[in-house]
Amino acid sequence: MNHTRRNFLKFAGLTAAGLCVASAGSIMAAGAGATEKVSEKALKAKRWAMVIDTKKVGTKEAIDVLAKACHAAHNVPDIPGKQNVKWLWADGFEQAFDQPNNFMDESLEKRQFALLCNHCTNASCVRVCPTQATYKRPDGIVAMDYHRCIGCRYCMAACPFGARSFNFMEPRLHLDLTKLNKEFPTRMRGVVEKCNFCVELLAQGKQPACVEASAGALVFGDLSDPASEVRKVLREHYTIRRKPALGTEPSVYYII
Amino acid sequence: MKLYNGGKIITGLVIFLGIFLTPLAYNAGKAAYTQPKLKMPENEKQCVESKEFMRTQHMQLLNEWRDFALRDGKRVYVNSKGKEFEMSLQKTCMKCHTNKAEFCDKCHNDAAVTPYCWDCHIQPEGLKK
Repeated sequence: MNHTRRNFLKFAGLTAAGLCVASAGSIMAAGAGATEKVSEKALKAKRWAMVIDTKKVGTKEAIDVLAKACHAAHNVPDIPGKQNVKWLWADGFEQAFDQPNNFMDESLEKRQFALLCNHCTNASCVRVCPTQATYKRPDGIVAMDYHRCIGCRYCMAACPFGARSFNFMEPRLHLDLTKLNKEFPTRMRGVVEKCNFCVELLAQGKQPACVEASAGALVFGDLSDPASEVRKVLREHYTIRRKPALGTEPSVYYII
Repeated sequence: MKLYNGGKIITGLVIFLGIFLTPLAYNAGKAAYTQPKLKMPENEKQCVESKEFMRTQHMQLLNEWRDFALRDGKRVYVNSKGKEFEMSLQKTCMKCHTNKAEFCDKCHNDAAVTPYCWDCHIQPEGLKK
């Protein structure tokens, strides 16, 4: 064979390509054959939603029971003062619904409302997150990947419901470390957190922690299924959502 | 042949080589590096994938698990042999590897890497103030 430059370049090129394919092949082969799937036990829905009967859970004490169940399940710290972290909390009608009324009936005036992330269809927090740490799952849940959160707090500014809390300090300093739920992580300083509709419990086929603790006052289910429990409750009662004029389409409904 | 400034050059070379070789001299006669002895799970012989795969690629595997579980909602991992595992650091990995200090830390310390898993995830031996 002629030792021409052309032949040399051909040979060199083929060798380089061969080496690339071989090394790529060995890397691919290492994890080959593994797949992933959704658990058979998992509850599935097109759009998860919650209905809260405020006639049944309308006091601070009743809502604290729900909040306690939620915060214990997710290792949420209780920090005194303005830097507290909350996934579920209680507040009055005016704060919850932005419709002040000077002459409200007495029971409604005194009633407390369980507030949490609304898992909006058009979630403003998802739109503003620069790292996609907050994202919309196909089942309607607005979830967070705390690994990605850089703590910029755009989502807190964007959320019209105040559903997000920032970890101004190391949350573990305010947790009872002996009573942690070892199935769920804590968060670290500098990330934002919020209610996740108990996505980890739904994956195991369980209902959210607050729904379990509510003795029937909270109903959870698939909004897109006309036969579901939430749709039945919505048909039978007068319900409102928080700040509908903003167009975020909350998934949490309140029976008044 | 004449070496200009030979004295200075040779002195400089000797000093440079001396400093350059100090680490070798310092470690001469010491035992060679051995991989740390890990405390392996007692009840389980086989990890999610092969030992070699886990040793070199567990970090990529954990990254994939995170994205599958959180973003796609696919929380069951079917390994190359068809066995199923829940994709969870705390509920799967640390149920067998019940001691972070005796397992994770040993290699991570030797390799001088400090992964931030445990800033949030709870190690199986629990947390102390």
